[in-house]
Amino acid sequence: MSKTVLTVDDSKMIQHMVGFTLKQAGFDVKQAFNGQNALDVLDGQKVDCIVTDLNMPGMDSLEFIKYLRQHPVYKTTPILMLTSEKDEIRKQAGRDAGATGWLVKPFNTDKLVNTIKKVTL
Amino acid sequence: MDDQLEDFKKTFFEESTDLLGMAEMHLMDLSITEPSAESLGAIFRSVHSIKGGAGAFGMERLVKFTHSFESVLDALRSGKITIDKSRHDLLMKGFDVVSDLVREAKGDVQLPADREATVLADLNDWWPQDGGHGGSGGGTAKAAVAVKKIQKFIVRFKPLRTLYAKANEPLLILRQIKNLGNAIIACTTGGVPTLDRFDPEEAYIGWIIQIETDIGEAALMEVFEFVDVDSELSIQLQPDGPQTIETPFAAAAPATTEDPGQEVAKTAQAAAPAKDGGKEKEASEKSAAVTSIRVDLDKIDRLVNMVGEIVITQAMVAEQLKQLNIESKNLMNGLESMQQHTRELQDSVMSIRAQPVKSVFQRMPRLVRELASTLNKDVRLVTAGENTEVDKTVIEQLSDPLTHMIRNSVDHGIEMPDKREAAGKPREGTILLSAEHRSGRIVIQIVDDGGGINRERVKQKCIEKGLINPDAQLTDEEIDNFIFLPGFSTAEKISNVSGRGVGMDVVKKNIQALGGRVNVVNKPGQGSRFVLSLPLTLAVLDGMVVTVGAERYVLPLTSIIELLRPTPEMISKLITHGDLIHIRGEYIRLLYVHDVFNIRDAITNPADALVVLVEVDGGQKVGLVVDEVIGQQQVVIKSLESNYRQIEGVSAATILGDGRVALILDVIGLRQILLDRAASTHPRTLEAAS
Repeated sequence: MSKTVLTVDDSKMIQHMVGFTLKQAGFDVKQAFNGQNALDVLDGQKVDCIVTDLNMPGMDSLEFIKYLRQHPVYKTTPILMLTSEKDEIRKQAGRDAGATGWLVKPFNTDKLVNTIKKVTL
Repeated sequence: MDDQLEDFKKTFFEESTDLLGMAEMHLMDLSITEPSAESLGAIFRSVHSIKGGAGAFGMERLVKFTHSFESVLDALRSGKITIDKSRHDLLMKGFDVVSDLVREAKGDVQLPADREATVLADLNDWWPQDGGHGGSGGGTAKAAVAVKKIQKFIVRFKPLRTLYAKANEPLLILRQIKNLGNAIIACTTGGVPTLDRFDPEEAYIGWIIQIETDIGEAALMEVFEFVDVDSELSIQLQPDGPQTIETPFAAAAPATTEDPGQEVAKTAQAAAPAKDGGKEKEASEKSAAVTSIRVDLDKIDRLVNMVGEIVITQAMVAEQLKQLNIESKNLMNGLESMQQHTRELQDSVMSIRAQPVKSVFQRMPRLVRELASTLNKDVRLVTAGENTEVDKTVIEQLSDPLTHMIRNSVDHGIEMPDKREAAGKPREGTILLSAEHRSGRIVIQIVDDGGGINRERVKQKCIEKGLINPDAQLTDEEIDNFIFLPGFSTAEKISNVSGRGVGMDVVKKNIQALGGRVNVVNKPGQGSRFVLSLPLTLAVLDGMVVTVGAERYVLPLTSIIELLRPTPEMISKLITHGDLIHIRGEYIRLLYVHDVFNIRDAITNPADALVVLVEVDGGQKVGLVVDEVIGQQQVVIKSLESNYRQIEGVSAATILGDGRVALILDVIGLRQILLDRAASTHPRTLEAAS
């Protein structure tokens, strides 16, 4: 059974690219443009991994991650955050909020797929 | 894919145009005196997104510029730098450059090579960069450069609860490790508490990994990228040479499987390879540090002694308070909880000295194999309960008796394969060696499926040796217990293995010296079962305090069967056997404690005194005549031999609550005194009637 990944990013381009890459790699992909939208898209359903940008308008990404960690369904869902490498402080904030791991932007497609595999059973 | 890629690019350029437009709009509105956080955030995000897309498509020039630009915007957003008129213009110029670079990437224009140079220099001047922008490949590319040399690492990895709270999964990490090279993974389960203290969300287990790999330390470290702050992690490069990890006894279950759930089951097989190698000591000491420490035995003994003193002192305080007759509820409550804590403290200290019986059990399989091949028998040894813990001293003293009994089982118990087959049994005999805790004692059983004890032959032997009267009516149980008599051996011929007559009587004596008991359950034709029951510790004893005259004695609780105050009719006086008590159809010898220790002013008439029935061995009983019973008490054993000298009939001494010394009676020794006296006055009366 293929695994489902939710990607959350406000950039259509990133969404487009990430979505394509993941589908090529055999994942089912759900997409959302910000945290609030992600919760709507999820609709309480379980997913195998959530990949979220750390810089999004609307619901703050950290709030989004913290919310997921409180949620009975997503408490144990791996969450990868997309950060830029110099964002150490924000990365740390993301870890503190409960993110499972991170991907440093810009990243190539192999790295994306491998990192998702690294955190999903 | 190409079509897709073109599609992406199209999306990217469209989006970039939107982003630039939006950024410019925010930038125009931006107040120089009070820049709004929202605008600065939006401006930052637009450049950030463009950089992200550019990186994905390998637009190096655009990435390089947006990277610097983004840094400045990030610093601005987070308030590290402030904006003024000229800087505002610089940002505008920056967006012009981005816009141009996007168009160039699209293929619309050709830009001069120094198009962005001045702006870039100004940006770097405003908020200096450290180093270049990040590579797109991450750590793998760097790791690939590393020298391909096989190195050995010891990784200690102990997740914290936060690791699980962030949905990280150690199994995935262990799986990754296994794919990196030749790995041995051992699970350390020493931290797992008992069920009542178990918190399902706490992290208790860890892993020790030995891996041989050519990927280098950096790449190995990368496996733990997401978990390094949520775990106790150490990676050590090991010097060359044969090495294995030895995990702390019972604290780690070595396993080669990736599934932690299966590791426990595989402990047995995996434990073997951890035993060889010369330099492993260092590694084992370090791995032991995870869950255990080494302590000098003297220190522990000192602790045991101190706790013993506390127990005595506490009993003394309690005693004194009782005599003061103070009616204070608080005082009594305090005393009671102190009593409880002292006992818990004592238990805890005793448990430090406790060790699994494994160290003794481990030697047995080899013994059985060697014996069986010498005797041409097929014997399989099955052990159970190796992790049952008992005091170190008990373990040390257990080795000889157990070896002897196992030998006996192989030699006398298990029959030759042909004989077994004829009896309808499998050719291979089985001996089960098991240990378990039962009501404050350790019970060790040796069960074989051999021929059992041949009662006819035992009886014959006893008659031959004059140990019993040929006409004596003996129960099966009594006959079975004759094998514990000194000088008894039924082996047809004396072999190297056993049968030299230094058999079960020595075993029994050793076990009894430890305050233990041996029993045998015999099923002729089906096998026999030897049951050893031993105290868990030799430092304290549950005893019954009795008085004889002005003296006090302690009787080990485990040997007491019952207490009674006999009526005169129950007592019979026989010249040949001394005094007997008749109870429920049984005649039991009476032993006057005051007589043995020459105590004056004691009650001499058993009908006025108390009789304590004690079991000596093999179900034989003796009635000890004492004045009174004071009560039951846990006493700290003080050796007489090391402080004074051995006294017949006394096993040790203790200090009671009132500070007085009381002797702990050795009931077996007392019975021996009784028998010796009977033998010296009436040489012809022996065992048979007792």
